[in-house]
Amino acid sequence: MAQMMYRDAVLTTIAEEMERDSSVVVLGEDVVGGMGTPGGPEAIGGIWSTSTGLFDKFGKDRVIDTPISESAIIGAAAGLALAGKRPIAELMFADFIGVSLDQIWNQTAKFRYMFGGKTKCPVVIRMAYGAGYNAAAQHSQSVHQILTGMPGLKVVMPSTPADVKGLLRQAIRDDDPVIFLEHKALYGMSGEVPEGADQIIPFGHARLARAGEDVTIISSGLLLGFCEAVADKLAAEGIGCDVIDLRTTSPLDEEAIIDSVEVTGRVVVVDEAPPRCGLAADICALIAARAFASLKAPPQAVTPPHTPIPFARELESAYLPSVDKIEAAVRHVLGWR
Amino acid sequence: MQLSREALQRAYRQMKVIREFEERLHTEIQTGEIAGFTHLYCGQEAVAVGVCEHLDIDDKIVSTHRGHGHCLAKGCELNGMMAEIWGSREGLCKGKGGSMHIADIDKGMLGANGIVGAGAPIAVGAALSAKIDNKGKVAIAFSGDGACNQGTTFEAMNFAVVTQAPCIFVFENNHYSEHTGVDYAVGTARDIASRAEAFGMKVWRADGTDFFAVHDTMREVLDFVRGGGGPAAVEFDTERFFGHFEGDPQRYRAKGEIERIRESRDCLKNFRISVTGAKLLTDADLDQIDQDVLDSIEAAVVAARAADRPTPEDVLSDVYIAY
Ligand SMILES: Cc1ncc(C[n+]2csc(CCOP(=O)(O)OP(=O)(O)O)c2C)c(N)n1
Ligand SMILES: [Mg+2]
Repeated sequence: MAQMMYRDAVLTTIAEEMERDSSVVVLGEDVVGGMGTPGGPEAIGGIWSTSTGLFDKFGKDRVIDTPISESAIIGAAAGLALAGKRPIAELMFADFIGVSLDQIWNQTAKFRYMFGGKTKCPVVIRMAYGAGYNAAAQHSQSVHQILTGMPGLKVVMPSTPADVKGLLRQAIRDDDPVIFLEHKALYGMSGEVPEGADQIIPFGHARLARAGEDVTIISSGLLLGFCEAVADKLAAEGIGCDVIDLRTTSPLDEEAIIDSVEVTGRVVVVDEAPPRCGLAADICALIAARAFASLKAPPQAVTPPHTPIPFARELESAYLPSVDKIEAAVRHVLGWR
Repeated sequence: MQLSREALQRAYRQMKVIREFEERLHTEIQTGEIAGFTHLYCGQEAVAVGVCEHLDIDDKIVSTHRGHGHCLAKGCELNGMMAEIWGSREGLCKGKGGSMHIADIDKGMLGANGIVGAGAPIAVGAALSAKIDNKGKVAIAFSGDGACNQGTTFEAMNFAVVTQAPCIFVFENNHYSEHTGVDYAVGTARDIASRAEAFGMKVWRADGTDFFAVHDTMREVLDFVRGGGGPAAVEFDTERFFGHFEGDPQRYRAKGEIERIRESRDCLKNFRISVTGAKLLTDADLDQIDQDVLDSIEAAVVAARAADRPTPEDVLSDVYIAY
């Protein structure tokens, strides 16, 4: 075990996989940083420090600093993959999927199926997502809701440095396109990370972050930690919570959800994306369909409202799910009749 | 063409307002009081003002993430902008947009924009509207050297040419897109105008740190476009004095670069030298403006600090429905 930050788990996993497999290629805006400037390549090294040093180590053919052209970045990643490489494309902010959506949705996601299984499409699209920095409506969004709804994509949302390692390694080795969502507020999170190049977490396997028999709390990414805090608080009152970290929203570990709800009968789903047609609604529907008889209370969702993300501190905190809002929802289902 | 004394004073004041607005934000941001991402326009003032001094309220502009200068030059109210950056309910966008999303539609300022390259197509739409109205109005798309690499910018230029929209693409080449140099990221390095030309537009190039060069060039461009000549593009060579965003360590710069550009490429300094040299205005005239501007910035900061804060209920307004 090594102590490591979330962002370093991203960087070291990419470096290890590039070392192991010469077909792995990185591309994105400022992933080298300083190209064409007096300071020279690596003057900055990626705005999230998740690609620092890769250029010096692997060279310009495999670490490609791109112009501001998100559509072409994703399209080129798709082309690299069809031609036999394993590209890791970085979108600086998840919000920029808007610029590149055709290449993600109509191209990358569909090749394997549309071409009758004649190709793989091993593209990883990494992106920094999430609110909490007052970065307003175009730099704060959680986009898994949109991307999880697209057949052909796998969608990963790690909540710890250890999960970054295992899940990113799987993403890079996976033969399907994988969306890899890194929460901005987690980059500085430190945690134990198992060592060894074969430390892989397969997709579609949720993690039980806390175990209890009274209520199930389901989440992923940054908010998972909020759910753990609520569980720890309630544990002191003798209330036991199962906290399920989905890890991947596609594929979804339906069994882990159903197994837990069958025991607890009470469930709260917590998500940072907007509520309509979203992850929380999807999971509540799954539970209604498959665990109806076990339910002791209506499933509750804690999400932001159906609005764009506001700028001001007061507004953003009113918008976002919080520990208090999650706790209130959990108490609500616990108190149901 | 010789500008009147009033026009010179006004242009200087506008540039100075932008300069001091940004310098003050640079200081205030260090304390952590201002939230979010802020991109300062210092160094590029001559472009915003040299362009917008030719516009009236019915001409439209579309801005970028580095939008404060464009907003102020187009007539957005100083206090409303400061309050917005402070996240106040009294801000131009009620604290919902912040620095990157300041807009004042009534003033013809159709928004700063957090998405690089998003602005140019929007400006084409505004230009098409002006074409329908047929009153000689124009729309301006401000873009950076980084934004000129987006497909949206290419599409907008071709779209404007084929529809003969009265749209002017103003490229502010400050040599950097975030931490990347224009020599690397733009294939036609230091010649963005030639791209626009290839789309079939008439183009101009000028020194963007020289107010008079910008202003004279824009007079020609606007005469051409308002006269029905179709869309046009201008590339201004300019400088950004601060980092890409506040907090940028700027390790990509050359040693002494900031000192050098602040010394020799400062549009305000150079303006002062030309107008006092030509005896059009005196140092005392300009010093008086400097003092007035500093006072108005101070007043705006005081007002922004004291302004009403938004309430949680405000999250749910200005959208068709709240779930
Ligand atoms: C679609 C999109 N891609 C990337 C970014 C991140 N970003 C913000 S500003 C910027 C650089 C823009 O450079 P330029 O157009 O030259 O404008 P300048 O910052 O020099 O004013 C980048 C890459 C963004 N905001 N939007
Ligand atoms: Mg630039």
